[in-house]
Amino acid sequence: MTYLLLWAEFFKIGLFAIGGGLVTVPFLFDLTDRYDWFSKAELTNMIAVSESTPGPIGVNMATFAGFNAAGVMGGIIATFGLVLPSVIIMIMVAKMMSKYSCNVRVHNVLSGIRPAVLALILYAGLQVAKISITGSLEILVFVGLLMMMRLWKQSPIVYLCLAAIIGIVLKL
Amino acid sequence: MLPLLRAEVVEKRKFVTEQELLDLYSIGQCTPGIISINVATYIGYQQKKIWGAVATTLGIVLPSVIIITLLASVLQKFTDNRYVAYAFAGIRVCVAALIADVVYDLAKKNLNNYFAATIFITAMILLVWLDVSAVLLVLLAGMVALAAGEIKRIRK
Repeated sequence: MTYLLLWAEFFKIGLFAIGGGLVTVPFLFDLTDRYDWFSKAELTNMIAVSESTPGPIGVNMATFAGFNAAGVMGGIIATFGLVLPSVIIMIMVAKMMSKYSCNVRVHNVLSGIRPAVLALILYAGLQVAKISITGSLEILVFVGLLMMMRLWKQSPIVYLCLAAIIGIVLKL
Repeated sequence: MLPLLRAEVVEKRKFVTEQELLDLYSIGQCTPGIISINVATYIGYQQKKIWGAVATTLGIVLPSVIIITLLASVLQKFTDNRYVAYAFAGIRVCVAALIADVVYDLAKKNLNNYFAATIFITAMILLVWLDVSAVLLVLLAGMVALAAGEIKRIRK
């Protein structure tokens, strides 16, 4: 039963998460409210691992979330659910027209979805902040890391490693 | 992702041309699903129909599934360790900062007109006070934007 639920939930995420990068994150936060597959803190750890390993973040998240919920098979089933809508829709797109382009209506729909997705990501960020920034020391680390990201562009893994060291040294 | 794709499928294998890849990338951005998977499926289908699509999709997903499964099973054994817990507490603060960084960039790129700003603010209100689900919010925003576009066209 868990397998079927995992498949259905990740199929839904594959269908509605439009774009790349962090778009799957808010959908996964929604799952924490409805299932006990993983906690918000575990989900935040998953984001860190997904950002610092190769492969699309969305796929990494699906495998990780599925594994946490129901072991190796869970990871495979969640990933399968996530990619299925893409496969079906892209085959349809490829079949219908060799020269499909985003028409005016699709363009209009997207112009509304993009700011909504931004709100979703910000809201997920607020939930991450609520569980991770628990004291004044954490606020300092947060501001310091954010300033580094703005002034010194590096791959996320650099900041994550640094944050792990800071966490151990300061006993966060 | 895009530079890697270009080196492989345009320069080395010549599956698609430079322009086709760029078109494909923009199609991938406006169809449901994760962009890189959409691009992989499309290229696979173009080359060898359904089985080509299945093969390329499996190819792009498999490294993630293997690496993450291995990593997840190792991580599970260490979560009780005190120092691992400290490290992850630091890492979680960093994830909050990474998301803030992404939100800042996306806001600069996308919130450049009144319509987008209105949708964004309304979406935030719905999320914070009414706890609307992500799926419902995406559906609502898409429908409102479609309706707004049609009204604008009729007026013209």
